[in-house]
Amino acid sequence: MAVPLAFFALFFAYPVVAIVGRGLKDGGQWQLSRFGAVLSDPDVVHVLWFTVWQAAASTGLTLLIALPGAYVFARFDFPGKQLLRAVVAVPFVLPTVVVGSAFLALVGRGGLLDDLWGVRLDTSVWAILLAHVFFNYAVVVRTVGGLWGQLDPRQEEAARVLGAGRFEAWRRVTLPALGPAVAAAALMVFLFTFTSFGVVQILGGPTFSTLEVEIYRQTADFLDLPTAAVLTMIQFAAVLGVLALHAWTVRRRESALRLVDASQTARRPRGRGQWALLWGTFAVIAVLLLVPLVVLVERSFAGPDGYGAVFYASLASAASADSTFAVAPLDALWNSLAYGAAATVIALVVGGLAAAALTLPRLRRGPSGRTPVVSRFVRGFDVLLMLPLGVSAVTVGFGFLITLDEPPLDLRASWWLVPLAQALVGVPFVVRTMLPVLRAVDSRLREAAAVLGASPWRVWREVDLPMVRRALLIAAGFAFAVSLGEFGATVFIARPDQPTLPVAVARLLGRAGELNYGQAMALSTILMVVCAAALLVLERLRPIDRSGEF
Amino acid sequence: MSTTSRITAAAVVAAVGIAALAGCGSSGGGSADSKTVTLVSHDSFRVSKSVLAAFEKESGYKVTMLKGGDAGKAVNQAVLSKGNPQGDVFFGIDNTLLSRGLDEGLFSPYQAKGLDKVPAGLQLDKGEHRVTPLDYGDICVNYDRGYFDRHKIAPPKTFDDLIKPRYKGLLVTENSATSSPGLAFQLGTIAKYGEKGWPDYWKKLKANGVEVVDGWDQAYNDRFSGSAAGKGKGDKPLVVSYASSPPAEVLGKKPAPKEAPTGVAAGTCFRQIEFGGLLKGAKNEKGGKALLDFLLSKEFQEDVPLQMFVNPARKDAEVPELFTKYGTTIDKPATLAPEKITKNREQWIKQWSSLVLK
Repeated sequence: MAVPLAFFALFFAYPVVAIVGRGLKDGGQWQLSRFGAVLSDPDVVHVLWFTVWQAAASTGLTLLIALPGAYVFARFDFPGKQLLRAVVAVPFVLPTVVVGSAFLALVGRGGLLDDLWGVRLDTSVWAILLAHVFFNYAVVVRTVGGLWGQLDPRQEEAARVLGAGRFEAWRRVTLPALGPAVAAAALMVFLFTFTSFGVVQILGGPTFSTLEVEIYRQTADFLDLPTAAVLTMIQFAAVLGVLALHAWTVRRRESALRLVDASQTARRPRGRGQWALLWGTFAVIAVLLLVPLVVLVERSFAGPDGYGAVFYASLASAASADSTFAVAPLDALWNSLAYGAAATVIALVVGGLAAAALTLPRLRRGPSGRTPVVSRFVRGFDVLLMLPLGVSAVTVGFGFLITLDEPPLDLRASWWLVPLAQALVGVPFVVRTMLPVLRAVDSRLREAAAVLGASPWRVWREVDLPMVRRALLIAAGFAFAVSLGEFGATVFIARPDQPTLPVAVARLLGRAGELNYGQAMALSTILMVVCAAALLVLERLRPIDRSGEF
Repeated sequence: MSTTSRITAAAVVAAVGIAALAGCGSSGGGSADSKTVTLVSHDSFRVSKSVLAAFEKESGYKVTMLKGGDAGKAVNQAVLSKGNPQGDVFFGIDNTLLSRGLDEGLFSPYQAKGLDKVPAGLQLDKGEHRVTPLDYGDICVNYDRGYFDRHKIAPPKTFDDLIKPRYKGLLVTENSATSSPGLAFQLGTIAKYGEKGWPDYWKKLKANGVEVVDGWDQAYNDRFSGSAAGKGKGDKPLVVSYASSPPAEVLGKKPAPKEAPTGVAAGTCFRQIEFGGLLKGAKNEKGGKALLDFLLSKEFQEDVPLQMFVNPARKDAEVPELFTKYGTTIDKPATLAPEKITKNREQWIKQWSSLVLK
């Protein structure tokens, strides 16, 4: 409990409060009247409305498209499943710069659809929504599918034996068990799309702006800290509201689940309906997730004189080129991996401890049903951990700048600043992935172990750990992936001599000429392959089952 | 009870670990020791390794570089960390942001060696030398030669040309609020038509079908028909870009073409001058002065064009053939007084947004 709290106080709360305070204080006086001034601006109201609207639409669309996919991944066995599972997660970790370019190449002027059918979706809301689905498909498949695969199908079968219809059995047995995971996934998607930045900026054109984009502009471009502070507070309030709602639904839904090993529940599809579902899912993945990626790859090979590895060759030669800009792609790759590994470790330690603290038996609701004060506090803490997802990178980045600037904590030029900032975003993932599983561990198992003389540490090792191992791996995968693709905060604080892949891509895209563009596409392709490889390794890292049951 | 204490114990161990790690990795902002000098700049700053190494060898200083986003963001970060700067020297505050930096008191005065070789027109802080001009570049409308040849139309030359019916629907520009070339183009029109007249010009430009996108990358690589990256799929033969974009288009082309595939409308240019300065409160002031001298030295100045695609501030610095052969020299660029820009910047952008985007 102490570590996550200290971590958040120091690297999140303190910088953000400082920067917001600087905007709202004037000569030591809080200027709360600024709220009124900002909120009565019709432009701000318009931005607010659009932000909420597109987030809701994106979330609905993502759930609609991705839930069948989650089912397919959880319950069916088919060749190449591991590979495909890794592939669908790739979009999620691609930096928004890359995704924006890929979608422009697809739905923009002279893009693929334009060539084929004369369809242009750029600067329309559809491009934004599609890109959001593209990004978040994996969130739903992994959070929901991960749990779905571990639900015991025999429970549903038992209901069927007792006379329930197929749908009825699913509604009464599986759905309640999945509730928390679906809610968690929906919440994630909503948060991401609510605070969407790169996608909206690239695909939305100047006509669409979200709160996040507006905060960024007011802070970075105008240094209008008062307005930015007010907008930050609004976003804060909105995110808090969403999180509180989420915590409430999860609490209502929590029930002890019987989790089984996922490999036992998946089987080959049977019957026409199931095959159709499987192929339908493949089709969706192909069109929505693969085509943009393929376009990216195609552009990276489309040299000036027909297809070839020209851009890759020039990337390799950039390493020896005589310029401070030319960081060898291998170096950028290495930087990305090193940052990612460090960020993952930090996120796992902080997030794991937080999740463990949140499921301590002492802090749960007592048998009398009254909620002790401590438990209230813990619940608040649960919500607090999610906040970094809802605060814009520029706020945190500028906050770092004015707070972590005095010895002993002058981290402004430190290598550690980047993984710390990335871990901030990774921790919520770890907590979200771990909590539902940890909470679903039947506490009677723990009690039984304790009665049989196991020490608390051993109870955790023998009871909790085997159940959460998979969740832990998924969490690690997510944290690592988020860190690889993280761009907003990194671009502010990464040292130029140690750029990450996304930062290098953005730099290349910002310069004229075919060579730079091609190199950016080539780097994006490399980044994509690395992400896929990392995720694939994680898929393979399944723990060896020592006990038959788990 | 014991569970809690175990977890707390583990937590404490982990905390100590993290703190220890952070301890090893942290090196302070600025240059704590006198042998390192830190340069703060924006993303586009580049220098040849050999040129930098020569300076390091000669002066005995090691140069660390910190970058913070684009020019505007880098300046804003410097303003935020005023008095306790991240480094010793700042590179890349341009004339559209200069007043903000000077009003905030970011820089200590220093007269760099070689300033006599810089044209007076670039020295905007002549009285006090708080900043030193290091390079300049022009933002102009670029045109796709192929398109105008094919359609037998003469490409536009001036701001006035752009609102003529024959160029209807051909121009793409960037959002002033989010893109520095977009803002420079707007400032060019303000310089040309005055503070009263520019909104009227933009109304005509809008009526003539100007398209606005958010950033330079999208405008140039996606919309502009003359950029190689767009594979000629863009459908706008006119784009707001840099005077140095045509040479950049030629870079890496084999065999070298006779002329660049794109040209520059010389009467639509706005000049951006970039400055460097010694940051107030620098930990290594002596090293910072040496670094500023180096930034104005002939070696660095001759390295500038191919690294950053801008022109050197020094008159006596030689410009590579790529620029002389394919580039366009802009004789009469539009300019505005920096204090005027700082005073009105935000209001102009707001006005422009409601006029053009709504």
